[in-house]
Amino acid sequence: MKGRYWLSVGLLVGLALLPFQLHPQQDWFRTGTGLGVEKVRLGVPAFAAGSGEVRRAARVFHTVLRNDLAVSGIVELVSPSFEPLQVPTLPAELRPEEWVESPTRAHMVAYGNLQFSGNQLFVNAWLSDVRNPQVAPVLTRRYRADLTEEQARHLAHQFADEIVGRLSGGLPGIARTKIAFVSDRTGSKEIWVMDYDGHNPQRVTRCRSLCLTPRWSPDNSRLAYTAYEQAAASPEVPRTSIQLYSLVMNRRLAFPYLGGTTTTPAWSPEGTQLALSSSRTGDHEIYVVASDGGRMRRLTFSAGVDISPAWNPRTGRQIAFVSDRGGSPQIYLMDSEGASVERLTNGEGYAVSPAWSPNGQMIAFAWQREKENFNIYAMDVATRQTIQLTRDSGRNEQPSWAPDGRHLIFQSTRSGRNQLWLMLADGTGLRQLTFEGRNTAPHWSFSVR
Amino acid sequence: MELRRGLRWSGWLILLVVVMLAGCKKKPAAPPPTPPPPPAPAAPTVTLRAVPSVIERGQSTTLSWNSTNATELRIEPRVGSVGPQGSTSAQPQRSTTYTVVAEGPGGRAEASTRVTVNVPPPPPPREVRRIPLREAFEKRARDAFFDFDKSNIRPDGRIALTQTAELLREYPEARVLIEGHCDERGTTEYNIGLGSDRTNAAKQFLVSLGITAERIETVSYGKEKPFCFESTEECWQTNRRAHFILLSR
Repeated sequence: MKGRYWLSVGLLVGLALLPFQLHPQQDWFRTGTGLGVEKVRLGVPAFAAGSGEVRRAARVFHTVLRNDLAVSGIVELVSPSFEPLQVPTLPAELRPEEWVESPTRAHMVAYGNLQFSGNQLFVNAWLSDVRNPQVAPVLTRRYRADLTEEQARHLAHQFADEIVGRLSGGLPGIARTKIAFVSDRTGSKEIWVMDYDGHNPQRVTRCRSLCLTPRWSPDNSRLAYTAYEQAAASPEVPRTSIQLYSLVMNRRLAFPYLGGTTTTPAWSPEGTQLALSSSRTGDHEIYVVASDGGRMRRLTFSAGVDISPAWNPRTGRQIAFVSDRGGSPQIYLMDSEGASVERLTNGEGYAVSPAWSPNGQMIAFAWQREKENFNIYAMDVATRQTIQLTRDSGRNEQPSWAPDGRHLIFQSTRSGRNQLWLMLADGTGLRQLTFEGRNTAPHWSFSVR
Repeated sequence: MELRRGLRWSGWLILLVVVMLAGCKKKPAAPPPTPPPPPAPAAPTVTLRAVPSVIERGQSTTLSWNSTNATELRIEPRVGSVGPQGSTSAQPQRSTTYTVVAEGPGGRAEASTRVTVNVPPPPPPREVRRIPLREAFEKRARDAFFDFDKSNIRPDGRIALTQTAELLREYPEARVLIEGHCDERGTTEYNIGLGSDRTNAAKQFLVSLGITAERIETVSYGKEKPFCFESTEECWQTNRRAHFILLSR
């Protein structure tokens, strides 16, 4: 019952809330639904360490869990200063009446303990509904892993995803998702991957020259990106080609050079095809190829730049792209055969980087309107209503949706150089995720299945 | 009244001149009183003209001739026997005097005309080629610059590319890479496309000036490899360009 309720809330968020949202600082749930819905108030007291070995892991687990839940956007965390003096580490120790009274006023409590046994870390975790104390815990979980900080982080993400999944009616949590991006922190622009919260950055490529535009395959096993590689026949002449990298095998996969400047790959939702832009005819046009680079077919036939394709992830039958056929770059839409081309943006300014929301209803994009800097906007594809998500802070570009449809990542110069920032889909909850070097072109991975 | 008198006088004057000219012309044409009876065979006459009489090397001129009382006509050099009247076109490689010889029962006549052929001065490439290719390239290759968000060649770009094309014509062994660059405004992805269009516009312009496409490689860096790092229009203009790099082979 609760699940269905939250599902409906989640859908409303995706569908209805953004067009009607007026002030970005407003709470998106209340403005979105207008039904007086409150966020779940969740207590997350410290997890007890059963022994000295797991004290550090318990601290990491607790910190990461609280951060994940705070970022999720669907709960309101109880401040630790409002927690009861005796915090539970087992269901038997939970005193619901202490959690529901003011000022704590919790609806739910997530709690548990960490143990060390047989050289392994064990996490016992529960989620209880303190307003219905007679009911068994909503979640009871026991996790086991090696005793490392990374494992403690991973288990916290896993528990956070389970809590979010339960409270949002089955919408995926994003705590175990990853971000692919471009960073110049080693001196050259390379493709990197990090956890969604900015931790654990790992370099994927060793291009040494330039690698750009990373895109996850829908099964998260591969990355497609643009590389400036040396042509064997003529080493002085760089050629701009698409490369594929397997994150499972940790090596590049074969992909042919398709001619001209070939760039901006985008996976079809089934992962069997790639849309891309190539100047092989002398002019950038959108093509679709099989994921091994074969069976190339051309979709656009227009003078000027046609680039940055993005498939509708829900239907796979529409491709949004950027074209300057009307003068300045604007967002266009066509079907996956190249027919039914229409312009989505109104022709004003410079509109680029279309990114579909996972439900296929919204397109986020970067737009520079008259006398303004680049900002992130989102358009409801059906109604063409557009709302501004960022304002008055640096250049904001390259939005990418989280698989939950509630979060966006983008690049911004608001703190100086380009860095990656996270926000909720209404423009609130901004967090800077990267700090080292210049970081651009984020692409959010798909859900962990 | 004054005017009319003037006109009348000038009318008389013109008439007088015409009469005098006619009288003059008639004199040589008027045949001397010939003894009518002896029907000796008439002497042949011949004329030869070249139009135009001054040509550039490679152009041709038209020789035309006219003869009377001749049974055989020969034009030298290189034309040979011809009919009593006619014309032919000739393409002498250097200045030539054409001569026609007419022979008939009454004797022999000759006429000639000269065709002047202007030979262009030989190009002095050996002098220019003393500068090594790389040095010449650095001195003379010019980049084309573009307007914001545009890839059409501006008038200053036409001049720059024409100069670069001249260099490439003089050094047929030279191969170049055109890099497409954009300013920092706009986004990475779209600018790759825009830079690509700029390189193609520059390449097509060179091809239209006779440089073969095989000698021209292209790459677009978009806004990834700027020449200048400030956020000023001057700096942005520096970065919006098709930049030439000499390939060593």
